[in-house]
Order: sequence, then C-alpha cells, then structure tokens
Amino acid sequence: MQIPLTLQFVNLLASMLLLIVFAMLGQRRILSLINLFAWQGAVLALSTFIVAFSTAQHHLYYSAGLTLLLKVLVLPWLLHRLIRKLNVKWDVETLLNIPTTMLIGIALVIFAFNLAAPISQLSQGITRGLIGIALASVLLSLLMMMTRRKAISQVVAFLSLENSLFFAATSATQGMPLVVEFGIALDVLVATFIFGIFFFRIRETFDSLDITHMEKLKDD
Amino acid sequence: MDAFSILPLDVAGGVVLLWMVLGVFGLALQRSPNLICSLVFPSGALASLVLAATGFWALLSTPDIAVLPLGLPDLPLHLRLDTLSAFFLILLGIASFGVSLYAAGYFKHMKGDMLGLLCLEYHLFLASMALVLLANDAYMFMVAWECMALSSYFLVTTDHKIPDIRRAGYLYLLIAHVGALAILLGFGVMQGGHGIGAYTFDAMRAAHLSPYWASAAFLLALFGFGAKAGVLPMHVWLPEAHPAAPSPVSALMSGVMLKTAIYGILRVTFDLLHTQIWWWGVLTLTLGLLTAVFGVMFAAVQGDMKRLLAYSSIENIGLLLVGIGLTIIFHAYHKDALAALSLTATLYHSLNHACFKSLLFVGTGSILHATGERNMGRMGGLIHSMPWVAALMLVGVLAISGLPPLNGFVSEWLLLQAFLLSPGLPNSYIDMLVPVAAAVIALAAALAAYVMVKFYGVIFLGQPREKILEHAHDAGRWERTGMSWLALMCVLLGLAPVFVVQQIDHVSQLLLGAHLGNAAAGWMFLTPVDTERASYGPVYFLLAVLGVMLATVWVVHHFYHGRLRRGSAWDCGYPEQTARMQDTAEGFGQPIRRIFEPFFKIENELPTAFDAHPKYNGRSDDRLWHLLYLPLKYLIEKLSGWVSLLQHGRIHLYLTYTFVTLIVLLIFV
Amino acid sequence: MMINSELILVIVFQLTQLLLVVLAAPLLTGWVNQCQAWLQNRSGAGVLQPYRVLHKLFRKDAIIAHNASWLFRITPYIVFGCMWLAAAIIPIIAVDLPFSRAADVIALVGVFALARMFIALAAMDIGTAFGSLGARREMLVSFLAEPALLMVLFTASMISHSTQLPSIVEALAHHQFVLYPSLAFAALAFLMVLLAENARIPVDNPNTHLELTMIHEAMILEYSARHLALIEWASSLKLFAYFSIGIALFLPQGIAELGHWSALPLAIVLLLFKLVLAGAGLALLEALMAKMRIFRAPEFLGTAFLLAVLGLLIRFLLRA
Repeated sequence: MQIPLTLQFVNLLASMLLLIVFAMLGQRRILSLINLFAWQGAVLALSTFIVAFSTAQHHLYYSAGLTLLLKVLVLPWLLHRLIRKLNVKWDVETLLNIPTTMLIGIALVIFAFNLAAPISQLSQGITRGLIGIALASVLLSLLMMMTRRKAISQVVAFLSLENSLFFAATSATQGMPLVVEFGIALDVLVATFIFGIFFFRIRETFDSLDITHMEKLKDD
Repeated sequence: MDAFSILPLDVAGGVVLLWMVLGVFGLALQRSPNLICSLVFPSGALASLVLAATGFWALLSTPDIAVLPLGLPDLPLHLRLDTLSAFFLILLGIASFGVSLYAAGYFKHMKGDMLGLLCLEYHLFLASMALVLLANDAYMFMVAWECMALSSYFLVTTDHKIPDIRRAGYLYLLIAHVGALAILLGFGVMQGGHGIGAYTFDAMRAAHLSPYWASAAFLLALFGFGAKAGVLPMHVWLPEAHPAAPSPVSALMSGVMLKTAIYGILRVTFDLLHTQIWWWGVLTLTLGLLTAVFGVMFAAVQGDMKRLLAYSSIENIGLLLVGIGLTIIFHAYHKDALAALSLTATLYHSLNHACFKSLLFVGTGSILHATGERNMGRMGGLIHSMPWVAALMLVGVLAISGLPPLNGFVSEWLLLQAFLLSPGLPNSYIDMLVPVAAAVIALAAALAAYVMVKFYGVIFLGQPREKILEHAHDAGRWERTGMSWLALMCVLLGLAPVFVVQQIDHVSQLLLGAHLGNAAAGWMFLTPVDTERASYGPVYFLLAVLGVMLATVWVVHHFYHGRLRRGSAWDCGYPEQTARMQDTAEGFGQPIRRIFEPFFKIENELPTAFDAHPKYNGRSDDRLWHLLYLPLKYLIEKLSGWVSLLQHGRIHLYLTYTFVTLIVLLIFV
Repeated sequence: MMINSELILVIVFQLTQLLLVVLAAPLLTGWVNQCQAWLQNRSGAGVLQPYRVLHKLFRKDAIIAHNASWLFRITPYIVFGCMWLAAAIIPIIAVDLPFSRAADVIALVGVFALARMFIALAAMDIGTAFGSLGARREMLVSFLAEPALLMVLFTASMISHSTQLPSIVEALAHHQFVLYPSLAFAALAFLMVLLAENARIPVDNPNTHLELTMIHEAMILEYSARHLALIEWASSLKLFAYFSIGIALFLPQGIAELGHWSALPLAIVLLLFKLVLAGAGLALLEALMAKMRIFRAPEFLGTAFLLAVLGLLIRFLLRA
C-alpha cells in the first residue's frame, strides 16, 4: 500500500511536531523554549500549506499564511520582547525533574495513540497517526503547563496546546471554516497580550514570576 | 523395549541415590577431612557429569514414568523424566560438576566435624534439586522442595556462630516457607477437589479448570516460585542469604536453585495448566522488568562483592521472567513460532546464568579465602597475585555483561529478537508494551556492564588497597579445575548456539507444540527465523576479532620496533599517588546512586569540617524493606500480641477454651 | 562456477572495505579537526595531521607503569580490532558484505560494548585516580547511550523487518522512497548518541586534559607510543563507524548493489560527499555548543534514549 507523498510529508511533519513538543518538555532555557515554539509554528504552517496544496482548499493557504505570520513571527517576537522587558532569561524551573516528565510524556503518548485508534479507524482517508499525534501533543502541552513553575513557560505551553489543536483541525480533518480560524488566531493574539499584562502585574505584586507564590493569595 | 533395558530415569535416580550415599559417607568420614575433599566431592562431581549426560539422553527419548512403592497410602511417589526435566537436569549437572570440583579444594581447610555435616547437606541439596525436577506428583514435589529449602538453609547457616548469618538464614527460611505454602495451595487449586489421587501431575494435566481457577493457580504458583526465585517484592532474602553461605553453596543456590523456581513456573504454566491467558504474560513481563531494573540498580551500589552478585542474580531472574511473560503472551495469541523463540531465549539464559553466576560466585570464594575480605573497597590489584582466578573471572564477567562472542550475548540476542519480530498483537496496549520492554531490557543489560566493570575493576585491577593483599595466594588445583570447567562452558555455550538451540527445541516441542529450528543449514550461523531477518555466527565473529587483532599485532611489531619500558604511572603528572586515591566500590557506584536517587533509601554520614578523624559513611537501603516488610512485621507482631492475650498459663482456662470450642462446634454441626 | 565467482567478488568487496576503512578513518578525524580549526579562526594542522601523529607515536618507545598487567597491554589491540571490525561490517559502499551475516546490528552494539568494557577495565588497571574516574564516567555515559543506540537500530530494523545490516540498508535505499516519521526521532537520538560515544562536546571534550571535564582522555592517560596510537586510531575508526551507521540508516541513497560494478564509482563519490558534509556538520555542531556538567550528561542521554524509544513506539503504533 503506497501512501501519497504529500500525506507522507504531513506524517513526517506531524512527528516533527511531536518531537518539538518533547523538546520543549525537556528544555531548561526560556529562550530556547520560545525558539522551539517558533519552529513549531513553522512546521504547522508548512503542514497546513501542504494540506492546502494536496486537497486544493484555498482557504487553507490563508490559514497557513496566518500561522506563519502570527506564530512564527509575531508571537515569538512578543514573547522575546516580554522577557527582555521583564528581564527573566534564567533557566526554567520545573516541578518534576526532566527525565521523569519525559517518562510520563511517553506514557501519555501511548495513551493518546490508543485513544485515537478507534477514531481514526472511523474516518476514511486519514492515516491513523495524525489524530493520535495531535492528541498526544495536546496532552504533552498540558503536562508542560502543569510541571512548569514560571508563568512564561506556562504561556508557551498554552500556545503549543493551541498549535496542536490547530494541527488536529487542519491536517487531520482538513480544516475548519476560515472565519473560525481567524477568530481563534485573534483570540490567541489577544490572550498573549493579556498574559503579558498579567506578567507585569504578577511581578509587581510578588517581585517574581514564580507562580508558586500565588499560593499566598488564598484565604487562610 | 524390554523390561530390563536401562532408561534415563533409572540413571538419574541412580545419581540421586549416589549423592545421598555420598552425603552419608561424608558424615561417616568426619575423622578424615582430606578423604572427604579428595574423594567424596570429586565423586559427587562425576555423578553430576553422569546426570548431565543422562539429561542429553533423555532429551532425545520419550518421557519415562516410574511409580515408587513409597509415599502416602493412596499416593505413591511418582517420577517422570521428560524433556523439560531433562533440560534442567543438564543445567544442574553442568553447574554442579564445576562447583563440586571447586568445593573439593575450597573446603580443604574446614574442621572435620563441620565438613562432614556440610558434605551431607551439600549432597542432599543436590539430590533434592534433582528430585524436584523429577517429581511427577504434588506430594513428591513438595517433599523434595522442602528438602531443598531445609538443606540449603543449613548450608547457608554453616557459620551459625555469627548472628548476622543466623538472621539471614532465618529470613531465607521464612520466605521459602511462605512461598512453599503458596505452591501447595496452587497444587490444591489445580487438583480441583478430586481427592488425594488427583494430586498427581497426570491428573492435573487432565483436569480442565475454569479460567478463574486456572488464574488463581497461576497466581499462587507465580507467587510461590517467585519467592524462591527472588522476584520483586519477595527478593529480600537473596542479598542476605547469598553472602552468608559458603561460596560454592552460593554458587549452587544462585546458579541452580533459583532455576528450579523457573522450572516450577514453566511446569505449572505450560504443562499442568491447559490454558494460558494473556494477562498472565503481561503480569509476568511487568514483574520481570521491575525485578531486572531493580536488581541491576542495587547491584551497582553494593560494596560487598557477594551481595553485588546476589543483586545481579535478581536482575537475571527478572530477565528470565520477561522471557516467560513474553512466551505466555505469544502463546496465548497463538504465535507459536515466536513463543518458541522467547522460550528458547529463556531456557538458554537459564543455562548461561547457571554457568557464569556459579563461576563468579566460586571466584569470590577464592578471593575470600585469599584475602579474608568481602568488602570490595579493601581489595584491588588481585590480578597480579591471583592470575588464574583473575583470568577465569574475566570470562565470567564478559559473559554476564552480555558481550559477544560469549554465552550471555546469545541469550540476550535471542530475547531481543523475540521482541523485534513480534507482530501486531490484537491488544494495542500490549503491542506497545513490547518496544518499551525491549528498551528496558537494553537498559538493564547496559547497566549490567557498568556493574561488572565495577566488580572486576575494583577487585582485580589497580593497586592493592590493603597491605595484606600483596600476599594473597591464587586458587588451588581443584578450585582452578572447577572454575575452568565453568569458564569453558561459558565459552562453548557462546560459540555453539545452534547446537544448544536444537536441544532446547525438544523442550519447546513439549511445552508449546512448536519449535524454533534453524533456518540456515549448518551449525555456524544461528538464524532463528530466516536468513534474511537475523543471523549470528559467533565462531566467525571470534575468528574475525582474533584475526584482526593478530594481524594488528603482527603489523605493529613487524613495521615498528616492539620496545617496552616500565616507569611510574603518569597520572597527569601528580607525583603522589596512593592506593587510597582509587575509586572504591561506593565511589564507582555513586553516579548510579545519584541518578536513581528516589529508588534508594540513602543515609549519608558526613563529617564536619572540624573532625580530626573524618569518617564518611554512606548506606543505600532497599525502600521496599521499609515500606513493605517492616509494616508487615509490625502488623504481625500486633496480631500475635492479641493472640497472646489468650495465653494465661492456667490449665483450667485452657480446658475452658477447649470446652467452649466443643460446644460451639456441636451447635454448628 | 557462478556461485564461486560471486563469492570471490563478495570477499574482495569485504576485504577492500576492511582496508579502505582502516586507512581512511584518520583522514575523517583530520577533516573534522581541520573544520573545527577553521571555525575557530585558526589555520589548522591540515587533514593529514592524524597520520603524522600516528606515525610519530608508533616510532616511540612504549612506557607502561610498573604495575600494569597483561590486561593493560592487550587492551589496545582488542579495542582496535573491535572498532576496525565494526567499521568494516557496515555497508556504506556496497550492500552485500559477507561478514555481516555473522554479526547483525545487535552484535554491532555488542562489539562497541566489548571494546568499551576492555578500555574501561584497562583504565582501572594502573590504579590512578584519573583512570578510575574516567572508567566510571565512561560507563555512566554508555549505560544510557548503548540502549539508545540499540533502540535507534531497532527502529530501522522494524522498518526493514530485519536486524541484518545489508537488509536494512537494502530496504531503506532501494525500495520506493518513503518518509518515515519514526526515523526522524531515531535520527535525533542517534546524533546525541554519536556526540556522547565519540567523546565530543557537549558530553566530553577530546582536546583537554582538565580533570573536571575529561572522560575518554582520563581513561587513556597511561597509554603511550604504539598503544596510544592504536587507541587513537581506534577512536578514529569509531567515529568513522558511527558516521557510517548514520549514513547507512538515514542517507543510504546511492549505495551500490551487489555486482553492480558500474554503480561503484558513483557510490564512492557520493559517500565521500556525505562524509565530508557530515564531518563539517559535526565540527559546526561542536562549535555551537558548550560542554555540559558531567551530571547533565545522563539527562542528555536519557533524553536521547527516550527519543529513541519514542521513535520505536511510533513505528510500532503507526507502522510509519
């Protein structure tokens, strides 16, 4: 059975996506984390572009372009600016040590693949992998959100979560209506701005971006 | 066949009898310890060789059955020699031949009365292990099993004057009996309530249990035999008992006795029970993986050489369980060729482990005699004073690290092939367990190499850490012979895998109804499936490595001069080097301790900056001991405390208890 | 008659590769060093420098410590033999090599392990502080790198349904072009293992004798003259072997099939091109990275191991 070359390529990009999420999970430095996020955006844009080309859905070209603009250029630039302003270039502190996180990650991948198996068998024309990989990326991003201490890395994790969902939407189910995509893109942009403002507030209150300080906010 | 021809079973029975007689003989010869060493032990060794030969013979013939006119009224003792028993008899024979020869030299300096007793226990131990393998009914099996446990208990506590050794022996006996109870219950389940006649294995084979009862029997057997084999979390006795026993005994316990437990699991799972359910395999596989990683991790942090080897045995038992688990899974899904492959790997590894672990254990015996020390941190440089032991142990170390072209590599190769060839299994979670398990096996194997570099490097290499080591003497003649035999087996098993696999095929045929065969003709290449997929030619491999090496030596010495001078060590220019600057065993294991920190219970005792005589002390304990065994002990003490409330010491109160019991019983009956 | 001539051809191939590899390996090391020199704005010693060093070392008198045992003396030969063999059984120019039947990928990993075991033991033989430090660190690096390498090779084996190197390369090079996502994971893991196993930055630094950083060099401190030459040569061979594995698994296109004499020149040119590129890439990578603390190394290699396992998992699950 020969899978068409474009689909193979999407498959490859899908695993690149997963690889990047894993790399983010194992990354200690905030700067590299943001760069990885930019790479993730690039992979996403490319895969969207290929899907657009292979299925001849023109609106996907727009969303590919949008992804490129927003997730490869604007958001990383924003984040870079943010850490420059906040002066937080130090290492990411994790709540769990990295090998343990990775081990949990592998367990999550196994779980996600098994979960996705019946779904992929239902839908025709999609290789079994894509949904599984997208689901795994979502779970891994959630894991990253849980295990990081610094607010910025949590935001990157959130954005990576959004990327994974976007990938599931475009590559696995061949795209959503353009309006929806525009809406989501706008949401993400706004969310990032809001997060940026939050960071300043958090730092002003606690002199740190370590969100474990927020434990103090609860009533005693 | 006519009634007077001799069958393999007769010979095997003869060997068992001979061992018993030799044991009694040894007891009688207490006055002349020399005679025991130079006559009784070598005769026992010869008997072992005969037993191994009988095993080969039995592999090729049909199963023999015998009913002895002894035993319970309705249950005479049944014996049976089929290919599974035969294989393990070969294992017993090969390992005990080397160990008995070694023992002839090792026990030379022992006092006569102790030696006589030990000789009896030793041969009883051998005989009972053989009987365990030959038993064909539950009664016979349990009697032999208990004899084995008791004789080995007495052997472990040979130096019973030392409290630690008594404690180790007690722990061993305790867990052995908990295990034995579980096995007995397992047999009880399998006979299915058909009365005492159903306790023969033949009746169990014929019985058809429901899946629930079969699972119950399997779990009981796994627990019971696992306790004997040292499977997590029943492993605690192993690192205590092995160092306590005299080295030849440790060798037999680790090399052979643990394998009787493997034999038990195989016998129950594939022979006595008629169905195998996939989750048994998953359970066994998972337990095996945990045991393997646990064992090798703890081996890496040990400072006592025999404890290190004991933990390494736990690791190897883990690998064997992985093989068994894989076999069960494949068999349950009717992938018979693969089941045969993993069973072959398991049996091969059992045999290998019997050889190299016995070799290493007896080697530690020689070191112990020469230095009086078990702590590796006080050794070093023994390669100079004990060249024979060092060379032979190197073979064992390379073999146990799974390096080609020795035997450890072959079984690991087969096991990994079983993983690699595994097809899509119906259950996708199990499908995924396969690569993860392969990864864990690879990790355990690589860690084993770490452990062995530490073991060999700290003991034999470097500078002597203590003064007395310079006068250490090499092993004697008997000891060398025994060790050479075991080392030779390590090499031969590594170089002739095709022959061994062909012998194991007889066992696979019995247990699984399928066998592996060898796709390629000829004995040079081991090709379990077909030549395109995988093949391994150890002889070519050895020849190539040797050829390339010799060519290099020749070229280097031909084109350049071969001048060699001796000088002081360079060591980056540090002039003052003492033996204390070398890594100790603890130092070498430190990275592992640090990486896997959460798994150990670490107690460090560090000096302050002002100590005049700073002392460093680090202990890595087993967390399971604290999390499982101590609470259990506490619970049992509590319970028995309540029971002791009944005890008052007044006779009329006891009579009242009896009376009340009688009344209650009468009401209910 | 046909069988015979084919057999001879195959053996000639094997012997040619055996010789070629051992002679070319120092050249590769020289090339990597030269690239590094360029990247550091130095003029460098030239690509032939390793040969000069080897020649110089062979001519010197060997000095060994007073308490060196036989193990210490045979180790260089064993290590050299193992590495030579390893480099010679990986198909890089032509697919069919007769010796590959005797040793598949698992045995290949075994050969590396055998050499490592001996060199670590030899390092402990003299009993200096540095020797045992080096041995300990080497084993620390390898206990994660070795299973990672095995998993990488397994991923390729799963794709080609074989653990035989020729079959793997055959399946990857000559069948229709397929992209394997699992190989992307494997490639990254392999790169990390390559860096670690060949004593490269960020795990080890072959250019220093600083006690805080050295791993491989600490082990071979006591060697001199011909012994040292053999070990250095073995290191070159090891690097060559790892490059060959990388090329065979991830870039096998252009390799010659058995008996295709005409394809051979092209295959050799392509191989040279790949090696030159890979060497320059390695130098660049080293220039970009900083040496890690020793206790970060297990984390680095643990990541490699997990990535390799993930590649295998993806292969198992997606059959892709």
